[in-house]
Amino acid sequence: MDLVLLFFIFVLAAFLGLELIAKVPSQLHTPLMSGSNAISGITIVGAIVATGANLNGTVGMILGFLALVLATINVVGGYLVTDRMLQMFKKKDK
Amino acid sequence: MEFDNVINLVYVIAATLFVFGIKMLGSAETARRGNLISGAGMLIAIVITLLDQGILDFKWIIAGLVVGTLIGGIAARLVKMTSMPELVALFNGFGGLASLLVAWAEFEKIKDFGWGAYSAEMGAPGYFSSIVIYLAMLIGGITFTGSLYAYGKLSGRVSGQAKVFAGQKALNALVFIAILAIGVLFTWTGDLALGDTLFLVGIALALLFGVMAVMPIGGGDMPVVISLLNSFSGLAASAAGFVIGNNVLIVAGCLVGASGLILTAIMCKAMNRTLGNVLFSGFGATSQSEGDGDDREPKAISVQDAYYVLEAASSVVFIPGYGMAVAQAQHVVKELGELLEENGADVNFAIHPVAGRMPGHMNVLLAEADVPYDQLVEMDNINPIMPTVDVAVVIGANDVVNPAATDDETSPIYGMPIIEAHKAKTVFILKRGQGKGFSGLVNKLFVLDNSRMIYGDAKATISELVNELKG
Repeated sequence: MDLVLLFFIFVLAAFLGLELIAKVPSQLHTPLMSGSNAISGITIVGAIVATGANLNGTVGMILGFLALVLATINVVGGYLVTDRMLQMFKKKDK
Repeated sequence: MEFDNVINLVYVIAATLFVFGIKMLGSAETARRGNLISGAGMLIAIVITLLDQGILDFKWIIAGLVVGTLIGGIAARLVKMTSMPELVALFNGFGGLASLLVAWAEFEKIKDFGWGAYSAEMGAPGYFSSIVIYLAMLIGGITFTGSLYAYGKLSGRVSGQAKVFAGQKALNALVFIAILAIGVLFTWTGDLALGDTLFLVGIALALLFGVMAVMPIGGGDMPVVISLLNSFSGLAASAAGFVIGNNVLIVAGCLVGASGLILTAIMCKAMNRTLGNVLFSGFGATSQSEGDGDDREPKAISVQDAYYVLEAASSVVFIPGYGMAVAQAQHVVKELGELLEENGADVNFAIHPVAGRMPGHMNVLLAEADVPYDQLVEMDNINPIMPTVDVAVVIGANDVVNPAATDDETSPIYGMPIIEAHKAKTVFILKRGQGKGFSGLVNKLFVLDNSRMIYGDAKATISELVNELKG
């Protein structure tokens, strides 16, 4: 694992993120926030690995399991609620 | 090794889908599809991770996924749109805590393996692992308790007021320095027993700091806090990505961190305050003086009279604020808007960027009430036409329409961009009582010659107006 490469990715992702969001109209700020909040639930990947790679019943496994539950709530709830909100945004149909 | 490459390739695809998803969230036409695409990215990232050969036991993974899906799914179904800020705060907190726990679990692994074997497996020096583990724990911990406290303030479970006390800043600084010092020691020591103690103390301090940081921030500044915590939850995930050396966590977390940061900056700009001022000043905790001795009294108007004015108006602008959310008045407001349109008036809704308790809060409420989004006008677009508007109806908004922000240099909110309701020919202000706004200021708008107060519950008032119009 090349550590410098990880930082490289981090910095590029930061600039990409800044570019992507800068132009979002304010009416979409709430869905943007809850949608990006769901993405931050990507920790779920780390939680899966932590739960699965530690031996059953060890502290590491229990911590991983808790992380997994929380991250799953974050992911599933975040995406569903964002969808629910966006579904309500309608144009005038007259 | 071969299969690791496949996993990493799939992670690249997932990251690409996140990028597209976020981009599409930027336009109302494509937003819903964007959210689905980003969700698809998440799904394939999860599925490919499950195929990881390092996983020994699936029982608990499946249990965790099922429990989390049930809770998250039910919460997303049941939440009221007015409570969206609370839910987002809560989800932010969960994400933060998950990142903390992932870092902690990794540290447990180090305790099992010993530093030597762990470093060899990770291909990273021990100091790097300990720094990023500590960072992920720290950011995650602050996000968790900060979000929970923000949730408490938003839902009214704790007082939404800013809490300040003597020496608060010094105490916060002290805790923060302690957190840093313990982090340095934690990185420094190779001794796992000492490291374990330091780590646990670090967790306790991070959790404490999250609460202390949100304490001096009042309810009206919540849009900034939620945006910042949103950013933090992303950064925590990104830090967790460094911990386990996983690119998709780093990229996705960083994207969220950047987006939260931009929203934070937008919110601060909309209040003409710096982030430092929002976070540390305890704004709204102290009640300000009554201003410059303007002793004109606000003039009230009856619903009946208000109806005659509205009935004759050819253009009406509604200016909603947090009070509309509290009164759950969005549906009747929409009905009133429709009736006025049928009556031949031009109806718009003017939305201030920080109206409500989270960015875009008012837009979501009005969208829920089926107000088409092209009727929702941003501040910069409504102000130029304000002088041509016959009636501006302020519903539960206060500071965002206070003209003192434009003409009174002594006002604490001077310089904050406002919706210039006072320029409309007539202004109706729906208000529960004669209280002050979040800033504790007397609103100059209320005493202007063209302003009329309609006291009472906003929902009841508007329902009466609706009945009159239908009448």
